[in-house]
Amino acid sequence: MLITATEKGLHCPAGDFYIDPWLPVPRAVLTHAHGDHARAGSEQYFAECSSEGVLRQRLGAELSLVTKRYGERFQLGAAEVSLHAAGHVLGSAQIRVRVDNETWVVTGDYKRAPDPTCAPFEPVVCDVLISEATFALPCYRWPETREVIAEIWRWWQSNREQSRASVLFCYAFGKAQRVLAELMAHTSESVFLHGAVLPLVEEYRRAGIAMLPAEPVVREKRADYRGALIIAPPSAAGTPWMRRFADASTGFCSGWMRIRGARRRRGYDRGFVLSDHADWPALIHTVAESHAKKILLTHGYSDALVRFLREQGVDAAALRTAYGEEE
Amino acid sequence: MRAFSELFENLDTTTSTNEKLAALTRYFRAAEPSDAAWAAYFLSGRRLKRLIGGAMLRRWLLEETGLPEWLLEETYAEVGDLAETVALLVDNVQGHVQEDVPLEEWIERLLNLRDLSDVQQREQVARWWHELDARGCFLLNKLLTGELRVGVSAGLVERALAQVTGHSRPVIAHRLMGTWQPSASFWRFLHSEADAAGDRTRPYPFCLASPLEANPESLGIPSDWLIEWKWDGIRAQIIRRAGSVHIWSRGEELMTDRFPELVEQALQLPPDTVIDGEIVAWREGRVRPFGELQQRIGRKKLNAKILADTPVHIIAYDLLEQSGEDIRSLPISDRRQRLEAMLTDRPWATLSPQIKDASWQELKQHRDASRSRCVEGLMLKRLDSAYGSGRQRGTWWKWKIDPYSFDGVLMYAQPGRGRRANLLTDYTFAVRDGETLVPVAKAYSGLTDEEISRVDRWIRQNTIERFGPVRSVKPQLVFEIAFEAINESKRHKSGVAVRFPRIARWRIDKPASEANTIDDLRGLLRVGPAESQGEASANAG
Repeated sequence: MLITATEKGLHCPAGDFYIDPWLPVPRAVLTHAHGDHARAGSEQYFAECSSEGVLRQRLGAELSLVTKRYGERFQLGAAEVSLHAAGHVLGSAQIRVRVDNETWVVTGDYKRAPDPTCAPFEPVVCDVLISEATFALPCYRWPETREVIAEIWRWWQSNREQSRASVLFCYAFGKAQRVLAELMAHTSESVFLHGAVLPLVEEYRRAGIAMLPAEPVVREKRADYRGALIIAPPSAAGTPWMRRFADASTGFCSGWMRIRGARRRRGYDRGFVLSDHADWPALIHTVAESHAKKILLTHGYSDALVRFLREQGVDAAALRTAYGEEE
Repeated sequence: MRAFSELFENLDTTTSTNEKLAALTRYFRAAEPSDAAWAAYFLSGRRLKRLIGGAMLRRWLLEETGLPEWLLEETYAEVGDLAETVALLVDNVQGHVQEDVPLEEWIERLLNLRDLSDVQQREQVARWWHELDARGCFLLNKLLTGELRVGVSAGLVERALAQVTGHSRPVIAHRLMGTWQPSASFWRFLHSEADAAGDRTRPYPFCLASPLEANPESLGIPSDWLIEWKWDGIRAQIIRRAGSVHIWSRGEELMTDRFPELVEQALQLPPDTVIDGEIVAWREGRVRPFGELQQRIGRKKLNAKILADTPVHIIAYDLLEQSGEDIRSLPISDRRQRLEAMLTDRPWATLSPQIKDASWQELKQHRDASRSRCVEGLMLKRLDSAYGSGRQRGTWWKWKIDPYSFDGVLMYAQPGRGRRANLLTDYTFAVRDGETLVPVAKAYSGLTDEEISRVDRWIRQNTIERFGPVRSVKPQLVFEIAFEAINESKRHKSGVAVRFPRIARWRIDKPASEANTIDDLRGLLRVGPAESQGEASANAG
């Protein structure tokens, strides 16, 4: 076993390092900088170059961090390690581990749809694939990004015609920037950003990602936001911070919005199906492309995908991890 | 159907009442009369009789998608809605532009399915699935299964129709009552001048009481109120016209045929009279438990034996129309006097007795003794109140008896439907039976959203076994379950069936070992009409 699940996280004994550990360890290799994958407290971190800014913002400027470029091979103990683009967020990586002619790949979170804010997913052939399974049910199939963005644009414009503000809830790191970049196909106007989104947008700008101009939400008067688009994290919904937008229309960008009941339960006016994870067809496609002899699945609907793959004659099993399912 | 589909989308994608109202009036103004009538039909909560069963749709969906059955079931549990599951799984033929067929014609197409064989039905429906866009496919399935619910209240639809027709809301509410055939002529009838003949056989919108949660002392003195028992039967309006009688239930179902003996009696009333009252099971001058009435309603065909075994009777409590005059706006004290006079002349029904000259304290004691009288508590109607349309606050109150309750252990859970899709919210509760647990009730409602997500998380971490979407969990969590009545039942493993169970609260303070036992519940079976004295809880304290 090149990689095993331990109580601290996925461990590679040959290289004596952990992948996305949830408890402090001496050496951590990170797939990406989302909070449930990049946790503080470890002595030394390895991650892809373009994730450095966000990682230091989140885990501290003094972080002991070694950065590597996609495809660059480096040695940790007896293991040869390399990082490959996962297409999830800026700097997200799959981790390829090679020991004695055996290759394992840990995908971390990934998607196959194009995204102007990060490098596209790179298929990597391996013997064992450890894949995420957040949306592993056949009802999760993503519409074309272009169509979803056009829908967001139409929603914003129709609210503007009624002098209403549009508050779009997005995960602050990744989704918000993706939306800001994609909306450039329709406009070059400035939008407003919640305080939790702003520093991450600046980090993306430093990485050279083109996005709509933006300013922070500081003004209090409702009139300032009439017809405007405001991007905020889901945690801002229902807080006093929202009052300044008065009768704003609310929308949420997430793969979970594929299901009508999930949207209605959360009380948003609109749900936009935009995910940074692989949908059902992409998961199946990625498993096939890896040519792996064995598939291990983490978080989400791993049980369903395991059973489905087994019935197709693929050797598959679930792996217990502590990663979240937020999006 | 495109305009209707857009209307549905507009109603579904806003939480603002004003926007919904605007979308409705926009649609009604633009639509063809026959389409508008059908839309009003669906929007006011009416549905087509189910054309295709859910099991059939699932089988066709299996064949269309080629997915394993267990995976389809898991997906269905995730989505929480069969019509939507189909729309999410079936591929829409790219580039195919469906011509816009009017809503009325779509309904006709659907009704025509009834003349086709299973195979032809499947072919036809599958073709539509692929041709329509996802929203159209979803609506089609909703119409097929008779489950189309649109997120607007009856009141909002009435407001929109009132705006569009220029009539007042009560006129519209009255015209939408009862059963009607959606058509261009119905749409014209909605617009027609007041007092049209079509109004004559319809019930008036029922005046509904709100539950009294405050202390009754806050209502002032009892003598300002008309106080009656809250009868446990079927609320109904009896419409007497020249040569005919129409009996409508509170659920707007025409029940004239179910009660031939009542029709016979009501013919004694003067023509052009409308009475509001309760149909109850009745023997030797006394009301019988609701269960007896239910057995009679459940029968498809009535015969002499059933009529003799379960006699029914009307307890009249309000007069809405007299000699063809709508008197709903008169104070109930007046209406009641007229009703009394009418029943004195021709005693075809019992006048609902009034409880007079009692203090709130005495009334409370009466209420506590409700079960011994087979009633559900008290009704309080302000003496000066008119007969309003729909739910009233402040003038009509129902002061119901406290429900029964028991402490049950959470045993099974499965995902909810609709907005609770993907959350484990449908629970089965058990009581102790020696060392084991026996399931006695399913309950879905009663917890706050915050509690629901806590319980959901707990269930996921404490699942013992999974049977498709159903999970068995460690028997640890205890909930207080409220319910209205308990009966012996051969169909249930526990031997008892409880009526209308719901979660009263989460008993975080109680371990499973202190939940109630099956014997506690059986003990309540004996608390029949004659013996009960108000105390009606399986709980020790």
